[in-house]
This record gives sequence, C-alpha cells and structure tokens, in this order.
Amino acid sequence: MYVMFVLIGFSLLVALIFLGVFIWAVRSGQYEDQYTPSVRALFDDEKRVHDTSDTSSKHDTQEHRSTD
Amino acid sequence: MEVEKFRYDNQIVRLFLFATIGWALTGFIFGLWIALQLPFPGFNISEAFTFGRMRPLHTNAVIFAFVGNGIFLGYYYSAQRLLKTRNYSDLLSRIHFWGWQLIIVAAAITLLMGYTTSKEYAELEWPIDIAIAIVWVVWGVNMIGTIMKRREKHMYVAIWFYISTFITVAVLHIVNSLEIPATLFKSYSIYAGVQDALVQWWYGHNAVAFFLTTPVLGLMYYYLPKAAERPVYSYKLSIIHFWALIFIYIWAGPHHLLYSSTPDWAQALGTVFSIMLIAPSWGGMLNGLLTLRGAWDKVRTDPVLKFFVVAVTAYGMATFEGPMLSIKSVNALSHFTDWTIAHVHVGALGWNGFMLYGIIYWLTPRLYGTQLFSRKLANAHFWLGTLGILFYVIPIYWAGITQGLMWKQFTADGVLQYPNFLETVLQLIPMYVLRVVGGTLYLTGAIIGLYNTYRTMRAGRFIPEVEAEAPPLRAVHAGEDATYWGHRWIESRPVQFIILAFVAIAIGSAIGNIPMFVIQSNIPTIASVKPYTPLEVEGRDIYIREGCVGCHSQMIRPFRSETERYGEYSKAGEYVYDHPFLWGSKRTGPDLLRVGRKYPDAWHFNHMYDPTSMSPGSIMPPYPWLIEDQLDYESLPAKISALRSVGVPYPAGYEEKAIADLKTQAEAIAANLAAGGITTTWDREIIALIAYLQRLGTDIKAE
Repeated sequence: MYVMFVLIGFSLLVALIFLGVFIWAVRSGQYEDQYTPSVRALFDDEKRVHDTSDTSSKHDTQEHRSTD
Repeated sequence: MEVEKFRYDNQIVRLFLFATIGWALTGFIFGLWIALQLPFPGFNISEAFTFGRMRPLHTNAVIFAFVGNGIFLGYYYSAQRLLKTRNYSDLLSRIHFWGWQLIIVAAAITLLMGYTTSKEYAELEWPIDIAIAIVWVVWGVNMIGTIMKRREKHMYVAIWFYISTFITVAVLHIVNSLEIPATLFKSYSIYAGVQDALVQWWYGHNAVAFFLTTPVLGLMYYYLPKAAERPVYSYKLSIIHFWALIFIYIWAGPHHLLYSSTPDWAQALGTVFSIMLIAPSWGGMLNGLLTLRGAWDKVRTDPVLKFFVVAVTAYGMATFEGPMLSIKSVNALSHFTDWTIAHVHVGALGWNGFMLYGIIYWLTPRLYGTQLFSRKLANAHFWLGTLGILFYVIPIYWAGITQGLMWKQFTADGVLQYPNFLETVLQLIPMYVLRVVGGTLYLTGAIIGLYNTYRTMRAGRFIPEVEAEAPPLRAVHAGEDATYWGHRWIESRPVQFIILAFVAIAIGSAIGNIPMFVIQSNIPTIASVKPYTPLEVEGRDIYIREGCVGCHSQMIRPFRSETERYGEYSKAGEYVYDHPFLWGSKRTGPDLLRVGRKYPDAWHFNHMYDPTSMSPGSIMPPYPWLIEDQLDYESLPAKISALRSVGVPYPAGYEEKAIADLKTQAEAIAANLAAGGITTTWDREIIALIAYLQRLGTDIKAE
C-alpha cells in the first residue's frame, strides 16, 4: 500500500503546482475582471471576419494568401 | 498605441480536422465490430481480430485518436485567437501532429499483434509510451510558448483548462507507465498487484478527468458561446468550477477499486471525493446550458447548438452517475457489469462525440470561407446520433442491472439461483443485439457527417492563413504591473524557456523513479505465495497478449454471492508477484482467480480450442492458434531478469536454469494431456497457458 503515499505525493505535487498557478493568477490580476473576458472571446480580431450567414461567402481568398 | 499584425495558422487546424474525422470513423467501426462479436462470436475472424485484442484498439482509437485529435483541433483554432498570437512554433505544431498520428498507427498495429501491457487506456508498450511522453511535451512547450507571447493579458478560462490538461496528463502518463523492458515490445510494470491497481486507476480515472473532461470543457467554453453568439452565462462560475474541478478530480481514482483488496481508507477517499465532484461538474454543465438562455430559438434551427446541448446534457448525466456509482452499495451491483460500459458511452458518444461534431460543423465552414453544405444532413446526423446513443445505452444499462442482479440472486434454500455464469451472459444477448443497432445508427450519422464536411470543403476554398491585428501586450503593462517581470523576461527568450521546460520534465521523471525504491521494500506478505514458474510466466504473458483481462476479472469481492460462486475472496498478499495486476474491470466471462485446479488440463485444452465444446452456447472466441503455435521461450531469461529487477525474488543466475525448468513443467502437462487422450507436444503455447490457469489462486487454496 506504500504506493498510495507515492500517489498522494504526486497528487499533492500536481495540486501544489495548480495552487501556485492559482495564486499567480489572482495576484497578477487575471481575475480582476470577471465579465468582459466572456464577451471579448466572442469577438474575432481577424481582419476580415467570415460571415457564415452570407450565402455568397465564397469570396476571393487571395488576399489571405498575400504575404505581409 | 501601435498595432501589431500577425497571422493565425489555419493549416494545423485543418490537419487535426482531417485526423479527427478519419479516426472517429475508425474508432466507431472497431466499436461496432466488437459489439457484433459479443452476440455473434463468428466475428472473431482471426488471431489479430479477436475481442480481446480489438477492445483496447477500440478504446484507444476513440479516446486518443478521435477525442485526442479533436482536442488538438479545437485547441489550435481557439488558443491562437484567445491569446491573439500565432502558435509559438509552426515546427512544433507539425511535430505534434505527425508524431501523434504515428503513435496512433503504431498503437493500432502493435495492439492487433498482441503487444500490450494490459493496463486499461495505457495498453501501449514502452517504446510507444516514450513517444507519447515526447509528443505530449512538444504540445506543452508549444502551448506554454504561445501563452508567453500572447497579446491578451487575461487568459480566458478555456486556456486554463488546456493548461491543466497538459500538466496532469504528463504526470499521470509518466507515473503509470513506469515499466522495465524485457524485450523491444514486452515490459513489466514496476508495480505489483494492489500497488499496480492503485496506480493504474489513479491514472485511469484521471485520464477520464484530464483527457476526456477538462480539455473538452475548455472547448465548450470557447465554441458554445461562439455558436450561440452570446457570452458564457457566468464567467465567475467558470473560474470557480475550473479550480474546484481540478483540485478534486485527482483524488477520485480508487472508486474503481471498491470492495477490492485495496485498503478501505483509500476506497473511502475515492468515494468521498467522487461525491464532491458533482458540484464542480454540474457547475460546468449548468454554465454551458444557461449560456443558451435567450438563445433557445437558435437551438431549434442550428445543428451545431443541437449537438452542444445534447453533449452538455450527457455530461451532466454522466457526472451525476459517476458519483452515484462511487457509492459502495451501488458499486456492489454495478461493478464488473455492463452498467459501467453504458456509463462511459454516455460520456464518449454523448459528451465527447457530440461536442466534437458540433465543433467540426462550426469550424469547417469557417476554415473554408463558406457555409455548411447541408443543414438538413447535419440535422439527420444529429438525430441518428442521438437515437444511436439511446439505442446503445438503454439496453446496456438494462443488461448491466440484469446481470448484476442475477449474480447476486439466491434461492430460498440459500444457494445461487444462477450458478452457471454462462446463463447470466446468454440472458443479455438480445440487449447486445440492440446495442449493435445503436452503434450502427451512430456510425451512419458519422458517415453522413463525413460526406457533409467533405462537400463543405469542396464548396469553399481553404484559408490557410488569417491576418489579424492587436496591440502588443508589453505596451499595456509597461510600468504598471510589477509582478509581470518574470513573465516578460521569459517571453523574449524562447531557448531559455525550452530549457526550463525540459528541466521541469526531467525533475518530474526523476521523481517518477522514487516509487520503485519505495515499493521494493514492501513485497512478501503471505508465506505460501510464491513467484510464478517460468512456464507460468510465459502463460501469463499469453493471457496478457490475448487480452483475456478484457472479459475475465481476477478479483473476488467479499460478498457471499461471489465466494459461493468463485471461492475464497481475494487477499492483497496474493498479488504481490503480479506485474502487472490483472484484476480486470468487466466480467463478460467469469472471474478466474480461483480457476486453478478446478478443471482438468484437458478441459482447458478443449475449451481454448473451442469454448462451446465445454460450455455450450459460450460466446468466448476460440483460440485454435494456441494449440498449433510454438511457444517462443527465447526471451525467457530476459523476462526473468526484468521481473527480478521489479522485485520478484528469482534467485541470482536463475536465467540459466529457467528454460530447463520450463521444459520439465511443460512435459508434465503434455504427459497429463496425453493420458487424457490429447496428443500435443510440450512446446506449444497452450501448455504454458494451461500452466498459468492451473496455478491461479492456488497459492492459498491449500491452506
């Protein structure tokens, strides 16, 4: 049954890593805003958002291939 | 503020899209095939395609090939956009993709050839285990590098789910796969018996948690709001349930070992944490469903949302059922029956399958700058899939409960009502046939999905690169965030970062070796329990190769219904030389722990040649090749030496004597068979298998 202690050790290790990351997240202000991130995720910053409700959306895709 | 221009890599997304769709069909076809093998044993067409070898192929194909590629598909599209940057390295993305596909192909070939460790969802042998660890770290480095160079300070909740997936699966895979190779494709787990079982189910449960749950929840938090075009119901809840989920999940593993020979306190730990898990699990389910508030009209028309709604509902059902099955009194009935199979298929077909198909239908048109080819066909896929799930799980729940009750039924006189195990199996045949119907419906839906996505791709034109622009992160933080310096330092130093990542992994691997030292100090407990003889070792390896553990347990629980049927209940000390443990998790056939000396050698010989000759109506596949094939004992010395290094006390230099001992024991069995009128030679595989079966559970029988 000694392996239980090893597994608990590993589980604690993982939990401690997560705890460290959690503390980092809170202290670095990751969770100061608990609303806008959910809205921000909805917006694509792509230069030309593909409108899928547009039936003629088979536009010229050449511009995407042009080099920058 | 200066705006940076960059491009998103859609090509890696497309590669994983192809892989997901392709492997999905492969996994489903193998699933359907093994579903056919149960009611119709004739579908066990040859050595490579028997149930025992194909079941792990099916589970691995669905988990690691279908869901695995699906996770990466969803990850590579969403992470770039959420972090507002291209992937850290295109090269690492490609190594990740091709490495993963090579592993899958290697897995398929080796599993069919019988190379298996027998540990569930960790069946692959050691060279492939190493490849998995490397490719996994490649993904991790690529992901963490992408996070480091992000242009969006806040890491959206989906990213957190991806991070936890990477960290935990890496640790689980390494710890559970510690094994000592005997040959290129044969290794022995460093853990034995109870220890191996605890490690395996710590891994197995968390594979469900961190491979089939957390990454898919991450995908849910990106794609469900996207498809519904509204923000997630409660972002605060998503954060709380994420942290709660990952902190609790890791402790729940021992619920797979209730009433087994594992310590009670470990079982209690598993039960308690499993019950607590319902809170964070349902937090995720409710958050997903409530995101659709005010958007339910869209669910009526949008097939993507339909898939998501059923997926999230299935997640809710499976995560209610999980805690329930972890209660000992429920588990006493459900364990070893088809109930578990139904439970996991609610998760796999419903939660994983439908989440991924929703994502496929949402992504394909976007990658190809077009619309979905046919909404009608997508709806047809949805309904066939939904019906398929119902036709699968309802009969299989029924089968599980039926068999569980039959095993436990006593007559008024106090004897087992169904003493013949086979009777409880044959009762389930109609349910097994219905399951085939369910699987066929689900597969038909997937084939329609393949056609629909193919036509969508043909209708559009693939957009390999997408231009985007966003202000750099650094400008935002300059001077205002003192805690950020460490992050900024590493962000601009990819080489140092990779070195640090590898150091972290190396430390993890070093720690991984500690269990070995701890465990070796804890071997014998029952004096009469002796290591297996060389012939029994070979027989046990054949037992492992043929996947016998897929249908036969070696764990008699301390219930009167089990001790009446099988004999004395299992003791932890009986398994100390079992590298790996072979307790199994499903009884399609009876438990075999006390089968030793129960039947004559000739019975086993005839039974393996044709099971129906000894048990009329048996659905076990025949194994005629065991009778013809010559036992390959060339690697025996290497096996003995590998087993010694994991703690089996073979005397020094026994490698030299082992083959002679094997021959003596084999000749005795051959002579015994000859006395029963069966002519064979001592060097056939069947002889080794008989030796092993006749040894099972006999160490404490004499007492």
